[in-house]
Amino acid sequence: MNGDPILNVAIFLAIVAVTLFVVYRVSSANTSTADYYAAGSAFTGVQNGVALSGDYLSAASFLGVAGAIAVHGYDGFLYSIGFLVAWLIPLLLIAERFRNVGRFTMGDVVSFRMRQRPVRAAAAYSTLVISAFYLIAQMAGAGVLVSLLLDVRSTGGQALVIAGVGVIMIVYVLVGGMKGTTWVQIIKASLLLVCVLMLSVFILGKFGFSLTTLLDRAAAGNGHGAAMHAPGTQYGASPTSRLDFVSLALALVLGAGALPHVLMRFYTVPDAFQARRSVLSALWAMVLFYLATLVIGYGASAIVGSSAIISAPGGENAAVPLLAFEVGGAVLLAIVAAVAFTTILAVVAGLTLTASASFAHDVYANVLRGGRPKPGAELRVARITAVVIGCLSILGGILALGQNVASLVALAFAIAASANLPTILYTLFWRRFSTTGSLFSMYGGLGSCLLLIAFSPVVSGASNSIFTNVDFHLFPLSNPGLVSIPLSFLLGYLGTVLGRDRPDPRLADQLEVRSLTGIGARPRP
Amino acid sequence: MTRMSSFAQVPEKDYLVDESGEPDFAAIHAHPEFLALRRRVLRFVFPLAALVLCWYLTYVLLAAYAPDLMATPVFGSVNAGLLLGLSQFASTVLIMSRYARFARRKADPMVASLRERAGVDR
Repeated sequence: MNGDPILNVAIFLAIVAVTLFVVYRVSSANTSTADYYAAGSAFTGVQNGVALSGDYLSAASFLGVAGAIAVHGYDGFLYSIGFLVAWLIPLLLIAERFRNVGRFTMGDVVSFRMRQRPVRAAAAYSTLVISAFYLIAQMAGAGVLVSLLLDVRSTGGQALVIAGVGVIMIVYVLVGGMKGTTWVQIIKASLLLVCVLMLSVFILGKFGFSLTTLLDRAAAGNGHGAAMHAPGTQYGASPTSRLDFVSLALALVLGAGALPHVLMRFYTVPDAFQARRSVLSALWAMVLFYLATLVIGYGASAIVGSSAIISAPGGENAAVPLLAFEVGGAVLLAIVAAVAFTTILAVVAGLTLTASASFAHDVYANVLRGGRPKPGAELRVARITAVVIGCLSILGGILALGQNVASLVALAFAIAASANLPTILYTLFWRRFSTTGSLFSMYGGLGSCLLLIAFSPVVSGASNSIFTNVDFHLFPLSNPGLVSIPLSFLLGYLGTVLGRDRPDPRLADQLEVRSLTGIGARPRP
Repeated sequence: MTRMSSFAQVPEKDYLVDESGEPDFAAIHAHPEFLALRRRVLRFVFPLAALVLCWYLTYVLLAAYAPDLMATPVFGSVNAGLLLGLSQFASTVLIMSRYARFARRKADPMVASLRERAGVDR
């Protein structure tokens, strides 16, 4: 690519400087756990909604989905629909109830009427595993991006950039806590939306605002020709790949609302009404975003051409940067690159905050200290955990360089849908659901998912596996969702029916009343 | 917001608080207004969530197993698949606004009334 690396770095550093300044300015009141975990629950629904879309629209969505549309046409579009429709589940079933019942973490809700220690521990483990998958995917994505945009090809150089991203992210989290991280998300999501909307309007204008012209030109520039406009270019090769696609779709649509860093966002607003507004605002942002990526993807196919995209360093992920360079030269490329980098920074910051909150609040304060930690200790543990997780994710990102980033993100969705969603829904809507049921469902979902992944083509036996020189794959699908999600629902049911423990009816009453009305929910501090 | 008409008719003892002035969850849970709220909300969100999933999975299965149907041209270069895909966007917006209206008009006033009885927001 012929961009100007110095310009790319300059614009990126300018955005980082602005975000660091904002984080520093808003961080004055970052002294209690309520501030660090939930920003004092003082954001409005619209602010939080924008931040929510920022948390969700990772670089995988920005570069990955548009790139997939540019190369695979319709099959890339299918991906984006799953990401969008998924948000109706938290809107209808989860967001408001989560805000009413919990305070800081997913563990607050799922352990509400269960035996605290085992259920909180299970919730924390699944949060940590999901965050790890997601974090490593984002970090490895930063490596890909840097090779693409800054022309850093050496592994050492890429590793250095990943370490830099990690350090800035740790600063965001330590200095700003949830409040600072939320503002970073708001800045990033606004930049991202403006960027994609302008690009898509420009592309539409270039083709005379005619959908048919855009589609025809996209087909002309694509290796699949007009076949790109029908499903099957990527997933239609064999019965297994079709089934794999259905499995992926199920994981996407059920996983989004159970991602721990998404769930934690519902606590940064004062009440259920604002939590609802958060999801509604986020949904509007995402409707616009994914419509824009459709136009951008077809535009990239039409203007850049799919063969040029595939042969670029970074492959599919290069589609948007290449397009930006074609239509706006080095300056637009630098802006797109900087926005993509900021996206990665913001998403990893949100994930690190969530993981550190889950460890400090669920494992340290409630499991190890029985809910009575020494004053100030929980916050200190949260901050230390954030640093540890930040360092581990830098290491993981370096080790995962060159791995298939999009499939790692899809696996995080599958784990969330298997380990978290059944327990969340059962806890909120099924009175009989018991401690045994939640442990069966969470550990069963998490374990089966990890086991199926370990023996899937993602890890071994295919040309793009993590280990290419050995083949121990037994499970044919790359995404375990189709098996592990129903299994986890079943295990939750069986654990409840067969387990000896009976839930406390008083707590069940309280949970139902509280989740629907917010009566008894902790007021704003 | 609060339903003052029904609220004005209830005697003092219908406040749903226990001796210490905290909300009495068992009493609220058994209260007809709470039961009505729960029925109303669940009867709205469960069928809608089921509809969302069925409609999405139908679309996914069509894309996976009936690519020829999806490739049927409708007008210009726009085919059935693209229209079905865009209709998922349209249905998402429709469901969002339906739920927002339901929550604002039906659920929120019932919640506000119950919160009043339980001594919250006073």
